[in-house]
Amino acid sequence: MAQLKPGSRLKSAVCDTEVMLIAAPGGDVDVTCGGAALVGIADEPPAGATLASDAADGTQLGKRYINEAGDLELLVTKPGKGSLASDGTPLTVKGAKPLPASD
Amino acid sequence: MLLEMAAQGFGSRVAIQNGGDCLSYDELYRAAGAAAREFRDSKADHVSLLDVSSLAVPVALFASAWAGLPFVPLNYRLSGPELAALMARINPALLLTDDERASNLRTPAGIQVRGRDSFLEAARSATSPESNDWETDPDAIAILLFTSGTTGIPKAAVLRHKHLVSYILGSVEFGAAGEDDAALVCVPPYHVAGMAALLSSVYAGRRVVQLANFDAQSWLDLARKERVTNAFVVPTMLAQIIDALEGQTRADLPHLRSLSYGGGKMPLSVIEKAMALFPEANFTNAYGLTETSSTITILDPDDHRTAANSEDDAVRRRLVSVGRALPSIEIEIHDEAGLPVAAGERGEICVRGEQVSGEYLGTGSLLNEAGWFPTRDAGHLDAEGYLFLEGRIDDVIVRGGENLSPGEIEDVLLEHEAVADAAVVGIPDERWGEGVAAAVVLKTGCQASDEELKDWVKRHLRSSRVPQQIGFRDQLPYNETGKLLRRRVREDLAGEA
Repeated sequence: MAQLKPGSRLKSAVCDTEVMLIAAPGGDVDVTCGGAALVGIADEPPAGATLASDAADGTQLGKRYINEAGDLELLVTKPGKGSLASDGTPLTVKGAKPLPASD
Repeated sequence: MLLEMAAQGFGSRVAIQNGGDCLSYDELYRAAGAAAREFRDSKADHVSLLDVSSLAVPVALFASAWAGLPFVPLNYRLSGPELAALMARINPALLLTDDERASNLRTPAGIQVRGRDSFLEAARSATSPESNDWETDPDAIAILLFTSGTTGIPKAAVLRHKHLVSYILGSVEFGAAGEDDAALVCVPPYHVAGMAALLSSVYAGRRVVQLANFDAQSWLDLARKERVTNAFVVPTMLAQIIDALEGQTRADLPHLRSLSYGGGKMPLSVIEKAMALFPEANFTNAYGLTETSSTITILDPDDHRTAANSEDDAVRRRLVSVGRALPSIEIEIHDEAGLPVAAGERGEICVRGEQVSGEYLGTGSLLNEAGWFPTRDAGHLDAEGYLFLEGRIDDVIVRGGENLSPGEIEDVLLEHEAVADAAVVGIPDERWGEGVAAAVVLKTGCQASDEELKDWVKRHLRSSRVPQQIGFRDQLPYNETGKLLRRRVREDLAGEA
């Protein structure tokens, strides 16, 4: 996948998932959802791609997903059936750190 | 973006309520989409708002982001010439305002005036947006806020999407609010706390109850009627709420779980009384600046309880601190050379973090190479990282080469049993360059002489800090968001000397 910068919007090629990039490591990033590479929000998904059965745990709205190194972070802005992975390793939901409301 | 998520997550919940009228998250999303089309078609470079809180405020805020235009709420208390000067700086712009104000306003060419009611009606009656084509350039300007200009010409603080998103994601969990949660927002839209409250509540899925014009009794009535669970006030508002509860031992607002405050110094007597009157509420003190996308430190509810119940003076004093830095924020105190100082030492509060903008339109970024933003606020950190504010750096009194902090002297005066409020300023002095003067408001029915208060300060602080002049006043001048107008106090006292 091409170089991405924070703020980029991407979508799954095989389900309804849409994400926004919060943090990205430098260089090329490989992120998939449902087993297929994410595409730009305005791009046509490649024909024939289908949801891989081993990557179908779903994404949750409003959750932030990170890789093991912690340098890749995605915010799910629309949920879907596929699950997110980077370089073949599933991304995990970033733990919430509750703060008292201050405004 | 934040709003689209909220509409998907909890679309049928009430998002914003004003009097008997309200918008659900779905309705807010659709209205913002329609308004975004109008904004794009207008060819304006900015969307400005000159109005009190109404349903049109969140519609315009989110629609501006959607259309990729900066949202610029203006202070409706400013005079005609002051407003004209600000509008010239954001020309060409679309200006949303109420019809009465529009008819009295002289706007420069290039400013398109749009009535609030017809704008809202058009946005609400429009069909669904055809696409969710919102802009996401993190470097685009989301909000321009003119600072209050208590020390000079208002500066336009630049908040970019990346700052606000960083603040929201760092401090709010998506959809964390319960079905019955409601936040009472009584700060005006041109204040950073008013903007932050809308963004936080929408992301959390909390119903926002708007109060356009604050007075203590309306606030109490509305909070009871709407079963408000969360509220933010500035210290002067809290003091007025306490006055309105005079004679009662409990505020009788059982639904109010979270009462947060910020935007000015909270006197110890006020917060202690408030904690007694609202025993069910969790108190949070938030300190932040417009330039830092709102909150950067908080004194959380546990801190309040620990401090209030402590026998240890150092712990108890934390009740007048602004708490500790958010996890995503670093705070240091720098000396005049820009080097960090040890705990307990006074200096300039400097802050670093992704939500920190530190940028003004036309002036550029004030961040140094290491990313620190100098706030121009004076203060110190205690050994545990609690931050104590001591006024603005520019308010420091230089008496015979010694730097005196007005806040320190004010704190001592406020501890006197007869003193309700106090402001300390520097006045011209032939011998010392600057001398210390104080304006004091006595509590109703209390007496204290000039000499008695001077003795009181002398017993607690060094003699150089004793005011050479004390003027008794019925009240001190504050602006509407609770900022003490020191310049007015200084002029007043200097005129008396």
